Amino acid sequence: MIERRSAVATILSDRKKLIVVAGLGSPVYDVNAAGDHPLNFYNWGAMGSATMLGLGLSLARPDRPVVVFTGDGEMLMGLGSLATLVQHKPKNLGIVVLDNEQYAETGMQATATGFGTDLAAVAAACGIEGARTIRRQAEISGLRAEILSTTRLTFAVLKISPGDQPRTVPLRDGAANTYRFRSALLGQAQAEA
Amino acid sequence: MGPATKSHENPEQKIKTWQRDIHAAFKAAKITHVSYVPDGGHQGLISLCTSDPEISTSVLTTEEEGVGLCAGLWLGGIKGVLLMQSSGVGNCLNLFSITENCRMPLVVLVTMRGEFAEFVPWQIPMGKRAPAALELMGFDVFRVEEADAAGDMVAGAIDHAFFSNRSVAVLLSQRMIGRKNWGH
Repeated sequence: MIERRSAVATILSDRKKLIVVAGLGSPVYDVNAAGDHPLNFYNWGAMGSATMLGLGLSLARPDRPVVVFTGDGEMLMGLGSLATLVQHKPKNLGIVVLDNEQYAETGMQATATGFGTDLAAVAAACGIEGARTIRRQAEISGLRAEILSTTRLTFAVLKISPGDQPRTVPLRDGAANTYRFRSALLGQAQAEA
Repeated sequence: MGPATKSHENPEQKIKTWQRDIHAAFKAAKITHVSYVPDGGHQGLISLCTSDPEISTSVLTTEEEGVGLCAGLWLGGIKGVLLMQSSGVGNCLNLFSITENCRMPLVVLVTMRGEFAEFVPWQIPMGKRAPAALELMGFDVFRVEEADAAGDMVAGAIDHAFFSNRSVAVLLSQRMIGRKNWGH
């Protein structure tokens, strides 16, 4: 089993030009716990959309790696987006699913992955080559290297320990987050255009 | 041309002038990504966009994906447009919380069903409510009844969205799009 906070922190260590999208619920807290950054986009709502935000960013900025952290619950709501990704296969996009087989935010109810749904197999069946499930903490640094290398669309399900983590609360105001993000990525002039 | 090709499938002949005008409005506004769940009413425009080397396109499994996609593109500095049929509006509602909360521009072109000489009653519930649902979610809604106005309306809608960071929908009326031939 993998510890979520440590895995996210490892992937985000020495992040260079990495752009980060955090899906709603615990991934938002995990990404913030690893260190707030102007190129973090905290998607506090709109469940199911994290992967597509990552796709849009990866298409807009092919010069930068983009990583999406999402949970099994959100990934299940946006399964179709795995099929949509494949028409572009952006080499600079990594999807990291933090899979505890639970809806941790709402009382630890089991998700479909707890009943046997294999998200890596779904991604592979959609055409994402190399989609895999990771169960060992030792493999996280290799995953980080793959995402930063921007050599292929990466999809990894991390089987993480169940249970809640101490909550951290990053920026909740979407407009402020958007302005901060675009200013950092595009420059203040374009953010204010 | 394979054996499955039907006689009416000449994409060039199906492109209408108003669709060319909308495509020209995209070009003038530097729209470089168009995503869609297909609709017969958008067929010609989709064809123009997919064959345009300066516009990349995404076919979506649900219209919801297009909201997140346009938001991601905008965060990265790219202007996109989302095409859907009126039924797709209902699929999207919670996703519009991204663009409202983040005060991002969003342009949605909606081909209307269920409002004029509709053959499929299943199109009516969402067709009837799509305009109000968009208004309810905070959109500025423009409606195109006349083909001559389509290019200008879409150009204005794009400017409105990107100048003022608004969610904007352009409804393309079913009467303008033209009746679907059901052989009746």
